[in-house]
Amino acid sequence: MSVVPAGPVTPARDGDAPRRLSPGLLPSERVFHGVARSIGGLVLVITGAIGLFLGLQLIPTLRTYGVRFFTSEAWLPDQNKVGVSSALVGTFEVATIAILVSVPLALLTALYISDYAPRWLRGPLVSLIDLMAAIPSIVYGLWGWYLFEPRAAEVSRWLSTYLGWFPPFHVDADTHAAAPQIAPVYYGSIVIAGLVVSMMVVPIACAVMRGVFAQTPAGEREAALALGATRWGVIRAVVMPFGRGGIIGGTMLGLGRALGETIGVLIIIDVHYNISLHVLQSGAVTVAALIADMFDESTPGQVSALLAAGFVLFLITMLVNLVAATLIGRSRSGAATEI
Amino acid sequence: MATIPASSPPSAVEISRGSARARTPEPAVGVDRPRRVSTLTKDDVVALVGSLAGALGLVFVAYERLLPFSGVVGFLLCWYVTFLVLYSAVSALSQPRPVVWDRLATALIRGGAALVVLAVGSTIVYTFAKGWDADHHLNFFTRTMAGVVPTAPLNQGGVLHAIVGTLIEIGIAVLIALPLGVGTAVFISEVGGGFARVVRTVAEAMTALPDILAGLFIYATLILRAHVPLSGFAAGMALAVMMLPPIARASEVSLRVVPGGLREASLALGASHWRTVRLVVLPTARSGLATALILGIARGIGETAPVLICSGASTFFNDDPFHRVMNSLPLFIFSGFESGEQLYAARLWGAASVLMALVLILFVVARALARSRPGRP
Repeated sequence: MSVVPAGPVTPARDGDAPRRLSPGLLPSERVFHGVARSIGGLVLVITGAIGLFLGLQLIPTLRTYGVRFFTSEAWLPDQNKVGVSSALVGTFEVATIAILVSVPLALLTALYISDYAPRWLRGPLVSLIDLMAAIPSIVYGLWGWYLFEPRAAEVSRWLSTYLGWFPPFHVDADTHAAAPQIAPVYYGSIVIAGLVVSMMVVPIACAVMRGVFAQTPAGEREAALALGATRWGVIRAVVMPFGRGGIIGGTMLGLGRALGETIGVLIIIDVHYNISLHVLQSGAVTVAALIADMFDESTPGQVSALLAAGFVLFLITMLVNLVAATLIGRSRSGAATEI
Repeated sequence: MATIPASSPPSAVEISRGSARARTPEPAVGVDRPRRVSTLTKDDVVALVGSLAGALGLVFVAYERLLPFSGVVGFLLCWYVTFLVLYSAVSALSQPRPVVWDRLATALIRGGAALVVLAVGSTIVYTFAKGWDADHHLNFFTRTMAGVVPTAPLNQGGVLHAIVGTLIEIGIAVLIALPLGVGTAVFISEVGGGFARVVRTVAEAMTALPDILAGLFIYATLILRAHVPLSGFAAGMALAVMMLPPIARASEVSLRVVPGGLREASLALGASHWRTVRLVVLPTARSGLATALILGIARGIGETAPVLICSGASTFFNDDPFHRVMNSLPLFIFSGFESGEQLYAARLWGAASVLMALVLILFVVARALARSRPGRP
């Protein structure tokens, strides 16, 4: 038997309305939250200030050099020629090569750690990748200069000799000359600088990818195995689709690092201000290397131009990094289908 | 009644399974041992070893004897590529296509990981091997380069000024970056809100800020506008800008894993939010915070571009961060490299190995701290 209420339910009976649970903050709590918020805001302020103070220098630079600042190739302040176009192109060339090499390597290493390595090896491998990120870039630069470059130059020579018809591998020299004469043509090239930078990009990209792969739901992994998938099948059907956000985010974060690398590039590269697509040939420059290279011997007016070049670099890297951070953050917040 | 009788006759499947079990008795009933997932057959081993050996022989004949190529790197590259081709061909002879892909992927993944390990290992070993020439002279650690000509033998001069400079600059950077970094992490993970998400995204983006921009920023503000001289203090500020985002991010991660129950227990006992953070959250995450700090230091200690712009290089001992230029290890290495002096190379590698040793020590300490369980006093 159901009881039907006699009258209409009165909507607002005293005591039935939900009690307000938030009692408001105590004054001391408000101080704590305010301090914490202002410290957090300081990070934004610093980021903004970097952009602001470098960007302010763009005005006098543009007033002096005009649009030629973006179109001129050479950075010869003595001859009143200042331009970042060759450095911008060089920056993107070095970063492209670094990404082309390091992202596959980082992906393979991350997959090895998450799916192939024996259990006892995982911890040490993760530590090794973290250590790789902590090794100073100047040490990588020295390693590249003394150990890597002479060996890489041989491969460069091989590529230009036999595949020189492919424009990027072309070198303006007689590739069949005796080895000692030809060697300097291959030193300090974009490719070698890019390869050294890739050493610094691998740990960053790998750490992000590994972190995402590790979150792959075990249930889906086991389901694929139970359906008869091979290990590669599990990776292709479960791990990689799940970690797509991390792969892209890690790549972008690595790209940001590759675009901004200074000392590693400066040690390797043979500074020349020309736009060249011949990546095996000696001579190019990146924005960061240009700034570090010219800073010592600059007058205040030229320093202002260098700061403006830094602003261009800041805009590019912050854009790339913000996209990366957003992608990583989104993938972490979970596109997971739990079982 | 439609209930199934308990003593229904067993079906054919069950009979066959039961008899199979009778023939191969299970080793230990009750012991829960994980089944071995990897099943390496003889075919797997033979295909792998055979392809490796076959590729080696083929490449040796072609690369060294028939074609006019030379070079170790090229040889290894050709060997690996030939191996991949042979391995997939050999597998395709006897295995279905998924297995071929699986083997190819395995070879690629193992090879990629091995290459990365080899690259890092060679960097570390090479640095210490080259640094030994300078490192085994005691004066390398107790003297400075003041009054020592670049061509002087290794038993004169040293890098004491650079080591002290590095420690002072890092000390200044830690004093600034640690409170701000942990404060940012507390804001992101404890206070939260929409603004905190923005801060987290920007902090994450800042971790990949080009190091030279931190130097340029301090140069444009402190040195050009506030007229601070080129000094250890300016370099320390630039390093603090570099170290703040990684410290904030790593601290935030370690605060996030503090169990929520601890916070709720503290709040339920009547503690204020601030006391909860100070007495419960931060002490619980202490080892994680220490790891964050040390990884931040390891990041900052090797930064060359900021100190190149902000501190200026010296050859003499200087422990005053506010006046006069101050050298540091990365700067010492870089200026030695720029000078192109052959005899300087040994000192340069000596300094690089000292820097590397500092990073390694910090790293090992960080790992040890991270391994100790969080939440234990």
